[in-house]
Amino acid sequence: MIRQLHDKLISKEITSEQLTLDYFDAIEKKDKDIFAYLTLTKDLAIAQAKKVDDKINWGEKINLIEGIPGAVKDVLCVEGIRATGSSKILDNYIAPYDATVVRKLKENGAVILGKTNCDEFAMGSSTENSAYGATKNPHDLERVPGGSSGGSAAAVAADEAVWALGTDTGGSIRQPASLCGIVGLKPTYGRVSRYGLMAMASSFDAAGPMTKTVEDAAIVLSTISGQDKYDATSAHSNDKKFEDYLTGDVKDMKIGIIKEYLDGLETEMKKILEGVIEKYKKMGAKIVEIDLPYNKYALPVYYIIQPCEVSSNMAKFDGVKYGLRVDDKKDSGVSDFELPKTLLETYLDTRKYGLGAEVKRRIMIGTYALSSGYYEAYYLRAQKVRSLIKKDFERVFEEVDLILTPTTTGPAFKLGEKTDDPLSMYLEDIFTVTANIMGVPAISVPAGTVEKDGKQLPIGFQLMGKWFDEENLLRAAHAWERA
Amino acid sequence: MISKDEVKHIASLARIGLTDKEVDKFSHDLSSILDWIEQLKEVDVENVEAVSHVTGLENITRQDKAADFENTDGIKKLFPEEKDGYDKVKSVL
Repeated sequence: MIRQLHDKLISKEITSEQLTLDYFDAIEKKDKDIFAYLTLTKDLAIAQAKKVDDKINWGEKINLIEGIPGAVKDVLCVEGIRATGSSKILDNYIAPYDATVVRKLKENGAVILGKTNCDEFAMGSSTENSAYGATKNPHDLERVPGGSSGGSAAAVAADEAVWALGTDTGGSIRQPASLCGIVGLKPTYGRVSRYGLMAMASSFDAAGPMTKTVEDAAIVLSTISGQDKYDATSAHSNDKKFEDYLTGDVKDMKIGIIKEYLDGLETEMKKILEGVIEKYKKMGAKIVEIDLPYNKYALPVYYIIQPCEVSSNMAKFDGVKYGLRVDDKKDSGVSDFELPKTLLETYLDTRKYGLGAEVKRRIMIGTYALSSGYYEAYYLRAQKVRSLIKKDFERVFEEVDLILTPTTTGPAFKLGEKTDDPLSMYLEDIFTVTANIMGVPAISVPAGTVEKDGKQLPIGFQLMGKWFDEENLLRAAHAWERA
Repeated sequence: MISKDEVKHIASLARIGLTDKEVDKFSHDLSSILDWIEQLKEVDVENVEAVSHVTGLENITRQDKAADFENTDGIKKLFPEEKDGYDKVKSVL
């Protein structure tokens, strides 16, 4: 889709400004119902678009992404623009700098339409944890778009943006992509800088593209990836143009499948996944059954380590330096001999009124698991099991190039269906979380639709690749999409 | 089972004020989540080393040199309470 729009721009069939205005029109028409956006950045977008149009008029060459309008999840900073992370505690926060991914998009001429809704600080699987209200699924407004990058997924699915950035800590790009019928790519950990991304769980977080097509995802990834001196965990990598690797050929590829994953699915879902596998066989890929015995522990491992990291990362929201500061003048009854009462009460009140239930819940789990006497039983044990899961993967990746699984257990669920039971919401991550635990790249690609209540709801399938092997991952995803 | 007193203790460690309703809810939620996590106990982790970094990065170093940040005004504007260009906070001592 980006390439087609690029061609229209350079042939002067349309200007970037007009294209951008068309997208704002679409937002105005549709977003009342969908609520994908928290903040629109019209002035910024028009200024960016005009610059691109000037370049084209001067006869200068432009990048593929240049002049193409997209959206950025609200946990990523855009300088001078409000960034709430969908939390009340940052309701008045104006980002003082650009996230590295945003800087790279700007430098390459991409147009930013606005900031998208998500679960508060990216904690959730439905966007229902946003302090500003839930985003709706464009395919059925009574259903969730998935999460936490639900606003980004809905914006792309509803044609309110050509591309969007999401972030993925346990599945937050891929699950909403699956539920909204679009492509979502979580890159290898470290492929993309985390600077300017509000940290949720630092050893898992990855920003990545959400788009209509695999090629678009490749183009956005080429724009945002690379080592960054502001993120010590970003990895050295050659600046690749990932869109150049999409040959449509998978004859040399071995794809691993896990039989129990497929057997556990509802009939309709299973049929769709089997269809995907069949197609890969027809295209000449070799399908291999694999076994990952420790993988069943991936989700509980994640739900220990992640809240531990959350509890540490959320400590900075304390009403001291920025964001909300509250003192309700009531005595909470809590005391700490190291702190004056007024300061302690400000901490307690600011976090009481500023943070939502799921964020509090994860901070509490993490604080408990890291507290004295429990560290070894929870955190350390989880990191050791993580090690065993990783060994499983290293062994399997000697045999196969990719692993194919469902992205989700089913299509989009109804708003409110899972909000009372945090554990059932956590289970949404069951197929996606492993890629974050291992740091490997993974993509969700639309696989088909299933019917619920008379509506056709999209579902995706997932491919996981080897560390830093986005080329093969994208090549295989693209080949299926084209076939 | 995580008792209400334990919930209150964890909340004070985490510096989160909770309503009585939240204490009840979290006592229940935390217990069910931790029960579910118990399944990790069945894994034999004897002699297994914990993961330190997933892509194997180690010892990333740089010069310990301060650099200028251009938009200091943008940061000052975010202070919850400003006085003479400083962030005013409750007394710490």
